[in-house]
Amino acid sequence: MSALIEIVVDGRREQVVDGMPLAAALLSLGVTAFRTSTQGEPRAPLCGMGTCFECRLTINGREHQRSCLIPCTAGLVVETAQR
Amino acid sequence: MSSATRHPDVVIVGAGVIGAACAAALSREGLQVTLLDADFPGGGSTGVAMGHIVVLDDSALQLSLTAYSRALWTELSRELPPDCEDEKRGTLWLATNDEELSAARAKGEIHAAQGVVTMLLDDRELAEREPALRRGLAGALFVPDDRVLYPPTATRYLVQQARIRGATVRVSCVVESIAARSVTVREGNGQSSTISTDAVINAAGVDAPLLVPGLPIVPRKGHLVITDRYPGICSSELVELGYLHSAHSTTGASTAFNVQPRATGQILIGSSRELVGRDRSINQPLLRAMLRRALEFLPALAECSALRAWTGFRPATPDNLPLIGRWDAIEGVWIAAGHEGLGVTTALGTAEIITAGILDREPPLPAAPFSPMRRMPEPELAGAP
Amino acid sequence: MKTPGVVRCDVVVVGGGPAGIAAGTRAAEAGADVIVIDSAARPGGQIWRHRDRTSLPRLARRWIERSERAGVKWVLEATVIDGSAEQGRVTVTTREGTHLVSAPKTIIATGARELFLPYPGWTLPNAMGVGGAQAMLKGGLGVEGKRVVVAGSGPLLLPVAAAMARSGARIVAFAEQVSSLKLATFGLSLWGQPEKILLAARYGSAVPVRAYHSGVWVERADGDRRVEMVTLTNGTRRWTEPCDLLCCSYGLVPGTELARLLGCAVIDGCVVVDAFQRTTVAGVFSAGETTGVAGDSASIAEGEIAGIVAAGGDSVRVPGELHRRRNQGIRFAARIANTFSPRAELLTLARPDTVVCRCEDVRFGQLDPTWTARQGKLYARVGMGPCQGVVCGPGLAHVLGWPAGSIRPPLFAPLLGEWISDEATVDASPDPAA
Repeated sequence: MSALIEIVVDGRREQVVDGMPLAAALLSLGVTAFRTSTQGEPRAPLCGMGTCFECRLTINGREHQRSCLIPCTAGLVVETAQR
Repeated sequence: MSSATRHPDVVIVGAGVIGAACAAALSREGLQVTLLDADFPGGGSTGVAMGHIVVLDDSALQLSLTAYSRALWTELSRELPPDCEDEKRGTLWLATNDEELSAARAKGEIHAAQGVVTMLLDDRELAEREPALRRGLAGALFVPDDRVLYPPTATRYLVQQARIRGATVRVSCVVESIAARSVTVREGNGQSSTISTDAVINAAGVDAPLLVPGLPIVPRKGHLVITDRYPGICSSELVELGYLHSAHSTTGASTAFNVQPRATGQILIGSSRELVGRDRSINQPLLRAMLRRALEFLPALAECSALRAWTGFRPATPDNLPLIGRWDAIEGVWIAAGHEGLGVTTALGTAEIITAGILDREPPLPAAPFSPMRRMPEPELAGAP
Repeated sequence: MKTPGVVRCDVVVVGGGPAGIAAGTRAAEAGADVIVIDSAARPGGQIWRHRDRTSLPRLARRWIERSERAGVKWVLEATVIDGSAEQGRVTVTTREGTHLVSAPKTIIATGARELFLPYPGWTLPNAMGVGGAQAMLKGGLGVEGKRVVVAGSGPLLLPVAAAMARSGARIVAFAEQVSSLKLATFGLSLWGQPEKILLAARYGSAVPVRAYHSGVWVERADGDRRVEMVTLTNGTRRWTEPCDLLCCSYGLVPGTELARLLGCAVIDGCVVVDAFQRTTVAGVFSAGETTGVAGDSASIAEGEIAGIVAAGGDSVRVPGELHRRRNQGIRFAARIANTFSPRAELLTLARPDTVVCRCEDVRFGQLDPTWTARQGKLYARVGMGPCQGVVCGPGLAHVLGWPAGSIRPPLFAPLLGEWISDEATVDASPDPAA
């Protein structure tokens, strides 16, 4: 049920629960800066349901993807705005 | 034109980029200006436009007006505030084959004769400059001094300049009619009142014919789409030269590849043209044709998020030139309208032609060819607006 | 870009929460070929969001299973990005590509979302919506040992605080902005619905008495690149609370984007429907919180009505019981809206440098209160970012009285390649640009 898989976050390998929403997984890993706002502020999930676009990240090379809607799958490569 | 009278010297109907530019120029000359808008400055066609300042050479007249006006914008750029997002991006006219590249070369020569700097790029130079463009293009004509700005805030700036110079600006003020030396407006309370003046300038864009019947202006609808921020996908405004093959008198719908990098990092994607009266709704098949064309030229767009699509109306004239000058049929009435897709580009030049006309000075360009009284070809499409 | 598929059915339901499930089930039981589309990985919507079906309440499980028995086809992890009522179709993107779902009847059950009112610090990481935090928690977010402030307003606060506490979080402050007096009135008026009182009693125990406040709200949040401290106030006294997570929102507002895109009338933020859940656009129905936030029981009743009428036609008989539950829900919705409406102090929390539009980083001081909403968009870029004003729009409607603007496709910022891959285009000749 709760199999652990590996994803890559900012170049580091991390263990997360298979199928968990990526945003929740990243928050659990301690990521707070998901994206950088247009004026340089760190931002992180607000609505958790795909409407606010604050949890946007680069996922598998594709920019501006909402991490709250994407389930963790093995091998996912994520770039956050974490320092 | 006595300043002792209580009525304004000039009333301008419409605070789009054209009306705003006229207000800024006329108030600079010391005239008492009243600027009226049914909504707010930059809220009409200006607010939904692309905002490019480009030299175009469909005709010698268009070339002279766009080149002159671009020079004025370049001058003004030193004082435009950052929110106008004014940038010298340059335009790349893309040639898909050798025939188009020869056309680009010829275009460059025409520009040069008017003192407009251009550079002809071969396929390699083009790919270096815009690596995201699809392979296999023949080259491009680069017009480095063309600019991009954000029309609503630029218009707001021009209106603020006019205000500082003493102009009166009235928003949400609906003009009911224009007559000899007067304008009748409907106030917020529903009452009508008449403003007397020496000169009325109809700068109401696609609405201009509603106030001065007989003006040959029809709304030509366009679609635009804007993406999220993807800085670096392209650095210049990109336009396909392919339109050289097609005549201007298209009564059907058409699209052309035209994208613009915005100061925000967003990509603005056009363009489409159709004559459908005032139906604002999105024409889905046409929109998709437009976007497909954009993806053909710039495949990386397929991976970009689209934020929104919208439509707007260009005030089109039968000969593709704006109507600038005195309207002889009604005393004291001037027209500054019908700029089609070049309202932002030619706003400042238009304002100087109008200002010279009203002050009875020598115009900066030969003004007669732009007169609204000139002979026009038959309109392409009856029925609109 | 894959070749698009056109999928035909009798009824397409957008949104797989209680209303959408009930609508789809009832329509399918009446013999219709039904597709239900939802953005989540499993049926249930926000309120029945789950990772493991056994963790669901019985009511939820029963409806989901009934929908499956009835033959409802679920299209999950899918987003409706465009649509046309005239052509009876919606454009859907999934991980497999873009599809056109063509159906003579559309039921919009897109639910509700949280109301956010801007305050200093609300953009800091770890300041989330109450529902947002709940969604993350259901998604497996670990909160053990975390100091959590739950604040804002509405019936969602207590269950979320309780769930947080169950997962090991320490609720250091619970602040409902409504005064205890007003809350008591709300409680008393619920005598007709005792289960709701019981729910309140059960959740209340999760919050330490000392941490429970009514008539108290968040004035600001502070921290270095994330929330570290919250300032609470009751209007006369203010105090700070160190914390790791701040959950704050002010109830729910209907999600009306698709309805507006299809041309349905919306009044006071709610999709206008008649007694049979028909919107003002022929062939388009709406059920659940899109028509007013009234809880799952009313949503189910509305969904059932919509499904029965969409499948059976206008002359079909709708059980009176459903109308009774629906009307009860409408009355409950009005009471919720009345009780939990934001107090005036909440509308003046934003400082000139407080971000109001999070997508475009527009600060409150950049806005001229005399502007219309459209001027705010064109002059200051409010609501011009990816969320298209979904977050800041309802907040600014409260703070500045700006009405909702026009809706423009596409919804939810799809990739361009996905958006346009859904149908053949017209032959269009090249023409001048500009």
